[in-house]
Amino acid sequence: MKIPFSWLKEYVDTDLTPKEIEEKLFSCGFEVEELVYLGKDVENVVTGKIVRCEKHPDADRLTVCTVDCGGYGTKQIVTAATNVFEGATVPCALDGATVKEEGGSRKIKTGKLRGVTSEGMFCSGEELGITDDFYDGAEVNGILILDMGTPLGVDIRPIVGIDDYIFDIAVTANRPDCMSVYGIAREVAAVLKRPLKHLVETWFHPVPTDVKFSVEVKDPKLCPLYVGTYVKDVKIGVSPRWMRRRLALMGLRSVNNIVDVTNYVLLEVGQPMHAFDRKFLRGDKIVVRRAEEGEKIVTLDEKEFTLTPDNLLICDGERPVALAGIMGGLNSEIKEETSEVFLEAAVFARDSVRKTSRALGQRSDSSARFEKGVYEIFPWMAMTRALILIEELGCGTPTKCTAVGNLNSPSEYGGIAPKMIETTYDQIDGLLGIHVPKEEIYDILKRLNFGVTDMGASFSVSVPLERGDIDGWPDIAEEVIRMYGYDHIVPTFLERATVTRGGLTEAQKLELHLKETLVGEGYFEACGYSFYSPKDLDLLRLPEDDEARKAIVIKNPIGEDLSVMRTVLAPTMIANVVRNVRRGNESGKLFELASTYHAQSLPLTELPEEHKFVSIGLWGEGDFFTLKGAVEAVGEAFGAKFSYARGTLPFLHPGATAEVFLGEKKIGWIGELHPSISESLALERKAFLAELDYEAIAAVYRPLAYRPLPKFPEVSRDIAVVVDEGITCAQVETCILHACKAAVKAELFDVYRDDRLGAGKKSMAFRVTFRSEDRALTPETVDGYFKKAVNNLKHNLGGELR
Amino acid sequence: MDDTEKIISEAETEAQEAKSSRALYEAKMKFLGRAGKVTALLRGMKDIAAEHRPAFGKKVNELRERLEELFASHEEKVKARELAEKLQSEQIDVTMPGRKEEKGALHPITRTRQELIEIFAGMGFEVFEGPEIESEYYNFTALNTPADHPARDMQDTFYLSDGFLLRTQTSAGQIRLMEKKKPPIKMLSPGRVFRSDDDATHSPMFHQMEGLVVDRGVTLCDLKGMLDEFAQVMFSGEKTRLRPSYFPFTEPSVEVDVSCFACGGKGCSLCKGTGWIEVLGAGMVNRHVLENCGVDPDLYSGFAFGMGIERIAMLKYGIDHIRLFTENDVRFLEQFKN
Repeated sequence: MKIPFSWLKEYVDTDLTPKEIEEKLFSCGFEVEELVYLGKDVENVVTGKIVRCEKHPDADRLTVCTVDCGGYGTKQIVTAATNVFEGATVPCALDGATVKEEGGSRKIKTGKLRGVTSEGMFCSGEELGITDDFYDGAEVNGILILDMGTPLGVDIRPIVGIDDYIFDIAVTANRPDCMSVYGIAREVAAVLKRPLKHLVETWFHPVPTDVKFSVEVKDPKLCPLYVGTYVKDVKIGVSPRWMRRRLALMGLRSVNNIVDVTNYVLLEVGQPMHAFDRKFLRGDKIVVRRAEEGEKIVTLDEKEFTLTPDNLLICDGERPVALAGIMGGLNSEIKEETSEVFLEAAVFARDSVRKTSRALGQRSDSSARFEKGVYEIFPWMAMTRALILIEELGCGTPTKCTAVGNLNSPSEYGGIAPKMIETTYDQIDGLLGIHVPKEEIYDILKRLNFGVTDMGASFSVSVPLERGDIDGWPDIAEEVIRMYGYDHIVPTFLERATVTRGGLTEAQKLELHLKETLVGEGYFEACGYSFYSPKDLDLLRLPEDDEARKAIVIKNPIGEDLSVMRTVLAPTMIANVVRNVRRGNESGKLFELASTYHAQSLPLTELPEEHKFVSIGLWGEGDFFTLKGAVEAVGEAFGAKFSYARGTLPFLHPGATAEVFLGEKKIGWIGELHPSISESLALERKAFLAELDYEAIAAVYRPLAYRPLPKFPEVSRDIAVVVDEGITCAQVETCILHACKAAVKAELFDVYRDDRLGAGKKSMAFRVTFRSEDRALTPETVDGYFKKAVNNLKHNLGGELR
Repeated sequence: MDDTEKIISEAETEAQEAKSSRALYEAKMKFLGRAGKVTALLRGMKDIAAEHRPAFGKKVNELRERLEELFASHEEKVKARELAEKLQSEQIDVTMPGRKEEKGALHPITRTRQELIEIFAGMGFEVFEGPEIESEYYNFTALNTPADHPARDMQDTFYLSDGFLLRTQTSAGQIRLMEKKKPPIKMLSPGRVFRSDDDATHSPMFHQMEGLVVDRGVTLCDLKGMLDEFAQVMFSGEKTRLRPSYFPFTEPSVEVDVSCFACGGKGCSLCKGTGWIEVLGAGMVNRHVLENCGVDPDLYSGFAFGMGIERIAMLKYGIDHIRLFTENDVRFLEQFKN
């Protein structure tokens, strides 16, 4: 919310500097995001009167002027401007001055123009950063000519209205009453402990009229209050400079006096208003209703909209004349020849305005304001203020014809009953944890316009009508403390509270255990968005009916790229690898533990299942078995016995894909990214990926339990067996382990291929560990086991001892 | 037995010449071994007259002792020399790089999250994680933010099907916990949250940590006390400042600033000259929220606070761009090893 300092001071008399006011506002909950001095780029520019103009001896287009700059003396200034004349008072940027320039400022120095000394420069309106709304003539092509009688040798800034500050204040969503100059003034007065001047000092003088308006609100929920007043004898013209300047300070362009009054009131009171040309309102009737399906309206900016019943319309006796709360219709616009006006001030439901504004893509200052919310007192305040201004400007005569459309509010000005809240001093102190003296509470609430009645231990307050946010006694406590000062809050440490046990649950600790295991294996934890593009699922070349395709879709995504919830983590990991390689990171190891989202049905009818998976990836150094080592490490860390089988997945290398099993259950996969996918991604490194069902692994985790050391030593023997190329390591291993109970471990340590072994053959060497819990193994016993294993290999796999 | 001195001198020569302990052993065996000279002398005793035998035996024993002494002293020298040579030959360049198992690292978000959890776990907070896909009820309505509430505009929400959304705040966890558990409650709820904001300083997904305390007689002063403790541990010895703010689920609501740890509060570029850095939002739990969870607000009161984990990590480590957290560039992640 932008607030000019000068406007604020109209309601609160203060000697404090803007900086001091900023601090005060901050302390009571209003952060000034920016405080701008309007004249900051204009320095050492003073008024001067041109006493003589002469042609430049060497340049036809230049004029040499002698200027009386009052206390600054007489200066010679050379100008190319053509609108200067003897006797004109103009702004002079003297030596060392700065003036505005697009995007900043520039310095002016004494110099020579074609051999003639110039001790400065005359300024245009643009160089002072002003428009016609600040000062008449500011937009002419040439130098700004000041009014006759302007004193000489004085700072230009107060004269053209830029000796002023603009506060840009962040207003929290609960304070729509502060979305206006007067609203902020109310807070400033309260925090400075200064009186707040009345918005309305004198009343207006409505005249009787035969004109009768009727207002019919068909949907009172969407329009809880509609106030309209008929104004006659309207004379459309230009608004006075003070009003135009204030509109300009807030970034609004002057249109004409009637429209300016409505805009001025919006800024000052925070209530949007609209003026209709009465001549075009058929039947002197206002009907507030929902649009019919397909109904059309053309707004002031000549855009046509096709509406639905979600959109609220203001209609006359026959047709739509405004899009409620957003913009008036072109058909009833104020024109130069307008002579009668129907002024509207209403409350429209904020979500209705918001939805219509968003659906139609049509925004205005009015809709922005309604979206924050207005209370029922606002239209009354605004109408009064507008009618006073119209009278003051002499651009119309308010009449006694005020029509009200509303079911709840009384039709008299200010007749709305305030909300009452009863509370005790103990309640306030109990919430805050400190004792605030009674007198302070009184004083603070009164300054904030609350009515307070003391009832001994308790007190009751009447809530100001503009404070729709105040709902119960904790709100009162907040009002008290924000004005009393948060620095009164002293730190205490739950003196009356019960001791509780804190920390992570076992399940939460396990997640860390997984992460630390992979970190120990050299992997870096990654973090990816929970959503990606549907194209990412295409990239995996998953069939149309694949479960992973049943992704939950975001209705209003930022873009298609981030529009579906992850059902599988691999696309994120692939993107990580691609991004790293493109940035020149030759190799790396990453993992991510994150939820994937699985809908029981689409669209959702219940919360989806959030299922945690761990995704692991590496590129550059390392290969399939490096990655498999990480998977094995996870298995070990959780006491989960994984087994592996050759598998196929559409996005993995068909020769280097393993499915990972935990018992009978398939819980994941490991593989090399399919070369053709790598190629399509211009990925010049092999990438290896794995994805495991974390929850399945965590489910088998058992807390650590000590096992006694074996009573009898282990014996190990190496066995090398020649088998067909197609026989897998897992087959041989299983075969050996099944030979006897005492064989507890069979680890592959070498694979060897040689012509002498025969074509299509390989030799695999295993170290087999034998252990018995109940006796020492003699060499003879082990020989027997070994023989059994050899036999098994021969019968089951056709393996020959090498 | 004039041989004695000769044998000694021979042994001395041989021992001198033996350059290794092996050679020395071999030399020693020539004299003292089974086939050595001393044995030979003893064997020759049978040819000596019986009356001379004791004297002879004594001499031989003396000889043996002298030889053993002799070889022992040489052995000592040879071993010492050999050890010196061995040590010399095994000298390494200790300035060469060491070999280690290359470790990875936890993500800075996990790391910061753990650090935060540890601070509050020590104060008795349990950790509760709610779902990331939430219903409107838990994310908004139960948190005192009905459908037309202006606060719904504060957070741009990603909507799924009717009534379901990506949670915009971990505060949703408050409700789920309070429905299950009655006071006293001290809870932390960390996790992913989502808002449709995507620019230089906003990410559509980030992490929050919500804290909730509900018990008898909890006050705003207790909130201040706890946050002071947090600031001291997290940002080493800084103090906090409360200032008024607004959240629909707390009343009163405050923003919490910590005094700038870069400049000690004097004002610098990090704190934009103010001496204070905004770190979190907090407040006393709104009575409606307690009621919505079946907690009697006349018996219990509480406070809640919520912070962005990215923001805390950025402040703590001086990370300058929120995008770094999700780009997963290994050069970034590698910096969080120690």
